[in-house]
Amino acid sequence: MGSYVPSTLKERQEMLESIGLSSIDELFAHIPSELKLNRELDLPSGKSEMEVNRLMNQIASHSVVFNTIFRGAGAYDHYIPSIVKSVVGKEEFLTSYTPYQAEISQGVLQSIFEYQTMICELTGMDVSNASVYDGATAAAEAVNMCCERSRNIVFCSEAAHPDVIAVIKTYCWASGHQLVMLPVKDGKTDFEPMSSQLDKKTSACLYLQSPNFFGQLEEVEKAAEMVHSVGAKLIVGCNPIALGMLKTPAEQGADIAVGEGQPLGMSLSFGGPYLGFMAATHAMMRKLPGRIVGETTDVDGKRAFVLTLQAREQHIRREKASSNICSNQALCAMTASVYLSAMGPQGLQQAANLCYQKAHYLAEQLTSLPGITLKYNGPFFHEFVTMQKDADKLLAALEKEGILGGYPLKDGSILWCATEKNTKEDMDRVVEIIRKELM
Amino acid sequence: MQLLFERSHAGRRCTILPSCDVQTCELDPSLCRAQAPRLPELSENEISRHYTELAKQTHGVNDGFYPLGSCTMKYNPKVNDEMASLPGFAKVHPLQPEHTAQGCLEALYLADQYFCEITGMDQMTFQPAAGAHGELTGLMLIKAYHEARGDFKRTKILVPDSAHGTNPASATMAGFQVISIPSLENGCVDIDALRQATDENTAGLMLTNPNTVGLFDLNISQITEIVHQAGGLCYYDGANLNAIMGIVRPGDMGFDVVHLNLHKTFSTPHGGGGPGSGAVGCKEILKPFLPAPVVTKDESGYHLCNNLPQSIGAVKEFYGNFLVVIRALTYVLTLGKEGIPEASSNAVLNCNYMMGHLKDVYEMAFDKGCMHEFVMTLEKLKKEKDVSAMDVAKALLDNGIHPPTMYFPLIVHEALMVEPTETEPREVLDHAISVFHKIYETALSDAQILHEMPLHTPVRRLDEVSAARNPKLRFQF
Repeated sequence: MGSYVPSTLKERQEMLESIGLSSIDELFAHIPSELKLNRELDLPSGKSEMEVNRLMNQIASHSVVFNTIFRGAGAYDHYIPSIVKSVVGKEEFLTSYTPYQAEISQGVLQSIFEYQTMICELTGMDVSNASVYDGATAAAEAVNMCCERSRNIVFCSEAAHPDVIAVIKTYCWASGHQLVMLPVKDGKTDFEPMSSQLDKKTSACLYLQSPNFFGQLEEVEKAAEMVHSVGAKLIVGCNPIALGMLKTPAEQGADIAVGEGQPLGMSLSFGGPYLGFMAATHAMMRKLPGRIVGETTDVDGKRAFVLTLQAREQHIRREKASSNICSNQALCAMTASVYLSAMGPQGLQQAANLCYQKAHYLAEQLTSLPGITLKYNGPFFHEFVTMQKDADKLLAALEKEGILGGYPLKDGSILWCATEKNTKEDMDRVVEIIRKELM
Repeated sequence: MQLLFERSHAGRRCTILPSCDVQTCELDPSLCRAQAPRLPELSENEISRHYTELAKQTHGVNDGFYPLGSCTMKYNPKVNDEMASLPGFAKVHPLQPEHTAQGCLEALYLADQYFCEITGMDQMTFQPAAGAHGELTGLMLIKAYHEARGDFKRTKILVPDSAHGTNPASATMAGFQVISIPSLENGCVDIDALRQATDENTAGLMLTNPNTVGLFDLNISQITEIVHQAGGLCYYDGANLNAIMGIVRPGDMGFDVVHLNLHKTFSTPHGGGGPGSGAVGCKEILKPFLPAPVVTKDESGYHLCNNLPQSIGAVKEFYGNFLVVIRALTYVLTLGKEGIPEASSNAVLNCNYMMGHLKDVYEMAFDKGCMHEFVMTLEKLKKEKDVSAMDVAKALLDNGIHPPTMYFPLIVHEALMVEPTETEPREVLDHAISVFHKIYETALSDAQILHEMPLHTPVRRLDEVSAARNPKLRFQF
């Protein structure tokens, strides 16, 4: 059986005797017998490392690994620079806890401070926290930041990622906020139904994602104007790679910017762990959930970093805390920092541009085929929706060739995504396979 | 040391991406940002050295003893990480067709079965990303359960005053009112106070057992029964599960829903604060309310089932921190039915061993046999020598030992909460015991020097007050 207990049976016996006990069972003797399991766990027997390795490899082999991917829909296949894995694999970073003891945690603390700076630079916002669980919980936490006792009507775009909407719904139900969904019109959020309901006393915020789930760029500035006119807040969900070229949430009038940080160096990982990033205006700083790192000095006057603004947090405020969050995704935040350092300002801009160009090339090539049209005509970044017949058949044909095609939507259309990883050759191959299928 | 931004030189770069191989089109300039983000401009060598320097200023489990109470800082086996990097797990898109993700679903299905057996629950969800997130999810299940029965008056959650701070905070987020239950002097639940606080408005009780002072509450069956009789449900905070795996199960103590910290009990790395996994298990009565989707199995294979009309909905994107679950599954497969209780037994042994060899000088908050962690109180030392829990903790830093959890639980003054875990060899415990003794002697002979420690860490004690008063939360260019 496998074990990570170092002490030998003899050592255990000596340890027991040194504290006046004779057997391990005595350590549990005070627990009422009727509560005890009093049988073996119904689990397989423990295994050697080699056996476990073989078994897990066997299980993993039952999944198909696609080398060519044109599917995004919230999880994006970007190139991950080699340095990213090498840095975040360092055992010091991997095996440390939340940096409570700042004197021996400067590495983690400084890396979070650097991460916060980069997120502020990306989004244009004033302050960032040390990260939250993922893009969806970041959005839901942002909604909570905006709600007060009387201001608790939350507007949310139907064009946001379905999982983000689902999590906002769950959180709103739990905390009793009223959620109003805004419909999609021509691939973008229709603000019209909101205009009659916006109210100075009750409206808390609007959650708007741009580029949205269908890849379309939203009219964020218009939304900002509308919600701000009644003193409500605007939460903008954004894609961090797109921010290499697109207008920042700050430039568009956001009060809070959130997003899924997975594109910044995290593998697809069947959905996690990913990274929720979250940045806000100065005015909302003390409402941010989770950890925040600040700069200070030590007793010798040396610059140092520390967890700060803890008066917001659960271990101090308990039921009055701004959120229950006590962890963050530190290692994923570090992943993002290393990724952004390796890319640099030019590299990030280049990644964004490659995504944009390739998606537009693919869209053009696909729609040059008879029977395939773009569903929406607005500007898009690296995702777009096509209308065509037989989505399942086309995607199955691609799958047979080892290509993960676009994501089939309920109405029979397909949501495609291209990134810098997709070569012209790959895209031409996709078009060729589909052309044959359509014939 | 310098920040990335201070090391930056305009024009330096890594060459990561190729040039564009398709004809290009222009993006409307009105959609573009005015300025590029000021990211650092560095060569790969400089980035690599920067993080190596940061790593040297970070204490992980691999750097030495880490007896941080309530956090279960056990060794993180390397095979777990290697399995999590297998392409069949790490390179699978979460929205791949089901038949192409069978390996991932199989892993989730197995993990579900194994963790149900360990906790005595009937089904798990792996969506919650952390312990606090698991608490929130579990409380939502309780809320949905009462609402589904048309019982909307159950608005109160009972939480002992010794509980982790996340418990009351999660209850508030789930829309409940928190009723604090005082603890007895021995740290256990005051049964009479519990009885008095429990009524037809009680939605549930949140508890961890062993409790936050490291004692197993012997009245646990009575406690859960009181809540059940009033129509409430019982939530088990799994932070302390490492004491009892394979010996007692939350399900058999009368709990209806439990969260596990896979990053504590099941050996996955903490990563400096995350990612973790706060998997939630529940009894049959709460199954209809679990977050969708759940993994099911039939003769055609594994499936993601979204047909849960009473589900609370999603609490996270996709299926949770999947690769953390892979690590934990690898751990359970390694230890198996023999190794899981062995881990708990030795966690309790190591803890009693340390406590047994420290109580000659240090005052224990509760001088009984402890489980996987024990709490000492430095109240007397503080009063007589002005040496606080903080001073002792900071002195440990100079000795290469990560301090225990300080000032928790709140019901103990000048508390230090020690959790050695089962993966430490005896000589490490012996060394720590001797360091604690040495510090105690110093407290008696030269208290002043303890106020100045640490002396040999990369930085010394920090000015936390000015950090909070004048927040500098980002680099100023």
